Amino acid sequence: MSVPTGPRIITSRFDVADGHTYAGYVRTGGYASLRKAVSSMTPQQVHDEVNAAEIQGRGGAGFLAGTKWGFLPADVHPRYLVINGDESEPGTYKDRMLMELDPHQLIEGIVIACYALNAAQAFLYVRGEMALAQERLAQALNDAYANNLVGKNICGGNFSVDVTLTWGAGAYIVGEETALIESLEGERGMPRLKPPFHPAVKGLYMQPTIVNNVETLANVPYIVGKGGSEFKSLGAPTSTGMRMFAVSGHVNKPGVFEVPNGVTTFRMLFEAPEYCGGVRNGGKVKAFIPSVSAMWFFPEHLDMALDKPTVDKAGSMLGAGGFVVMDETTDTVAACWRIVRFFARESCGKCTPCREGTTWLERVLKRMLDGHGRPEDIDLLLEVSESISPGIAWPPRQTTICPLGPSAVSPIASAVRRFRHEFAHYIEHGRPIDGVESPFHAHAASHA
Amino acid sequence: MSRLTDERVKTAQEIIGRFPRKKSALIPLLHLAQEQDGHVAQDAMVHIAELLDLAPAEVYGTASFYEMFKFHPVGKYCINICTNISCQLVGAWNLLHHAEERLGIKSGGTTDDGLFSIEDVECIAACTEAPALQVNYRYRYKVTPGAFDEMITDLENGKLSPEVPPYGTLATVRQETTAAWSNRGSEAQAQVDAR
Repeated sequence: MSVPTGPRIITSRFDVADGHTYAGYVRTGGYASLRKAVSSMTPQQVHDEVNAAEIQGRGGAGFLAGTKWGFLPADVHPRYLVINGDESEPGTYKDRMLMELDPHQLIEGIVIACYALNAAQAFLYVRGEMALAQERLAQALNDAYANNLVGKNICGGNFSVDVTLTWGAGAYIVGEETALIESLEGERGMPRLKPPFHPAVKGLYMQPTIVNNVETLANVPYIVGKGGSEFKSLGAPTSTGMRMFAVSGHVNKPGVFEVPNGVTTFRMLFEAPEYCGGVRNGGKVKAFIPSVSAMWFFPEHLDMALDKPTVDKAGSMLGAGGFVVMDETTDTVAACWRIVRFFARESCGKCTPCREGTTWLERVLKRMLDGHGRPEDIDLLLEVSESISPGIAWPPRQTTICPLGPSAVSPIASAVRRFRHEFAHYIEHGRPIDGVESPFHAHAASHA
Repeated sequence: MSRLTDERVKTAQEIIGRFPRKKSALIPLLHLAQEQDGHVAQDAMVHIAELLDLAPAEVYGTASFYEMFKFHPVGKYCINICTNISCQLVGAWNLLHHAEERLGIKSGGTTDDGLFSIEDVECIAACTEAPALQVNYRYRYKVTPGAFDEMITDLENGKLSPEVPPYGTLATVRQETTAAWSNRGSEAQAQVDAR
């Protein structure tokens, strides 16, 4: 199987032993784009390049980064750039790599973005559980400050910006941008209602704020260095550039890959020898999760390109680029239960449909697994889902302030529709269908 | 110990100086307290409230939202075993049960000698290296029962002390103090105007 190829942009230093150090970064061309931007480009020209690149945000929603930048109202200061490094979505695993293995690349992207946005202060918010990323970024920032690449009069010019490194303390919901802002203000990480609290207008401290994902900003040095049109030419017109995807689960070689966006297919990623090398034990794909917050996909979706509009149209989403492959031995009910338990645990508790609904779903699935399922439970799952997100459609309708609760509905709905017999079998016999392995094995009676 | 030491108060003041508003330093200061005592002590929260001009209840109100803050002593080494979907698919529950048997405690518990705690946690962003765990937020990948036992022995013998500091310590490098120039509002504005 031949796969489309492209240059490694943001993962180019992953194999360089000292790629995370200042010396290693500069030796491999680092900070040239920042120097170029502040010495020979206006902020508007930088913004124009990002617009020309048509880079979609890599945090999940896939909104065009350049367009988002354009939402900042003119002449309102102070304004802030907030970097979302709170990567916690199950299956997603790329921002941590970027922060650990190439922290200077992110810092360079941040400073260039601040230059384009006329922002004098950035806050880099890293997930609390990522000690090594925090450490590498702290060291990189100290070195960047010492070399006049962050701070006052950067590269001897008249542009100055401070980057403050901080981190959370364990809460998935803080990855939602308004919850992240609340957390940065020292509050419980509960999302704000949009409108009126669109960050670009009323964000951090009620000032205009841009919240960008780590991977998005890590691409900015390349875009400024080579030009937006060069970046755009690497992927599909509808999903530009190179993009990182993590594939985990039942494949021979799980991994994180930077591939041409919009043209590579799920099948290539899962089966090609240069990527995951096929399903383990020569098995077959039963289902796969393109984003844990979205509808599952099945074998008939394998040849779909990793292209945002294509996947959206097929009724799911690429999210933050974390795919989980499940082979035919997978216990569907247990998989659903584990995903829903995640949402139930991570619900911030602000909105009733999410707080109560995800907990109900979790309990109903748990009793099926424990052999106490009731005949009406399958319909109950769908009924509770319907209450959280009326119509159980894609994209999910929201009864809540943020998408967390409605996200929990999609995996259950797609699994029940496809594998209803597995749920029924659990209810009738208290165990999975033949050929399927319970992940709890001998410990079925005592787990969690 | 539970109020912050003089040295930590100095660090706290540096952190506060990096934010436009004091309360933004709350989570970083709670981490400082946890680094000092291994958990967030009540007196530390009162002290933090004083430093940030908050009521102690506001400090606890924020702190209690976040999983990583512990309000009672936990093990010197907290072992967080991921059981989320990618890890569940390749044996995370077997690993968790092995860990429980090896240490004689259940998930959420702490050994009598105060050395180990175990938790069954949500995704730790190591999905391609499943089953994965963190000990005091340092990663261990593709953990087999044998590798788990070896890690426990190494922790008991102090062999991993350099790479795994006691619970509460996250980054061992801190951002150095640079009083954030942008907080001097008029100067920042003048620079923006000049451009």
